[in-house]
Amino acid sequence: MMENLFYIAAVVALSTTILALTRANAAHALIYLIVSLLAVAVLFFLMGAPFAAALEILIYAGAIMVLFVFVIMMLNLGEAGEDRERIGLHPRNWIIPGLMTALLFVELVYALDQVPALTSGVDVSPKEVGIMLFGPYVLAVELASMLLMAGLVGAYHLGRRFNIRNVRNN
Amino acid sequence: MGGLQVPLEHVQVLAALLFSCGLLGLMLRRNIIFMLMSLEVMLNSAALAFVAAGARWAEADGQVIFLLILAVAAAEISVGLGLVLQIQRRFKTLDMDNANRLRG
Repeated sequence: MMENLFYIAAVVALSTTILALTRANAAHALIYLIVSLLAVAVLFFLMGAPFAAALEILIYAGAIMVLFVFVIMMLNLGEAGEDRERIGLHPRNWIIPGLMTALLFVELVYALDQVPALTSGVDVSPKEVGIMLFGPYVLAVELASMLLMAGLVGAYHLGRRFNIRNVRNN
Repeated sequence: MGGLQVPLEHVQVLAALLFSCGLLGLMLRRNIIFMLMSLEVMLNSAALAFVAAGARWAEADGQVIFLLILAVAAAEISVGLGLVLQIQRRFKTLDMDNANRLRG
């Protein structure tokens, strides 16, 4: 029974990814992409990696997708913004992602009161991940912090409205 | 509940399919926002493969690598979206074919 949950979530993940990458409207694509990430989070949970599942929702479906939404809204908002908003609230645009999210939620509730580890039978707890992260992998953590710092500086540099090169060329 | 119920191969096939979707999207779409989304899908499928392999032998290593992939994805997407803003300002479009001359 439990493996059926896995295959349902796998089908949801694959179909919403295909739907996301074939949309014409970036905002609609983003909704499907979020459902796809939620489905992958359910897969992580079913495979016995609850920490990875939580981070997938918090950082991928939360932080990164909010960045996408922010940029799309920044670029698209014009005088037609209000009409676009009205079209966006039409049920045709959210009923399929909504149903798929509801399906994933039902799966998650169903899986919560059973042992979820589907591939080995044993959960890997956040404690083990933390011990591993700050034990043998501490150098990788330092490298990741340097990468994030470089990303921060790069995003700040690219996000400025006028940079020096732009002014010189014009 | 012990024992193997979902074979590792099935998860890896799913990860490979997701990766191919992302790769196809990256090659076929011309809108830079969709290209960034495809990159996210590809990184995410790689993370899925790592977590599945870690879960198969009940080791934490897979989730550690997942965390590192998460950091890479966050750094990549912040720089990428900064580039989106610059391209929109300079070319007044999001079509990547306009930005093919490597000139500022």
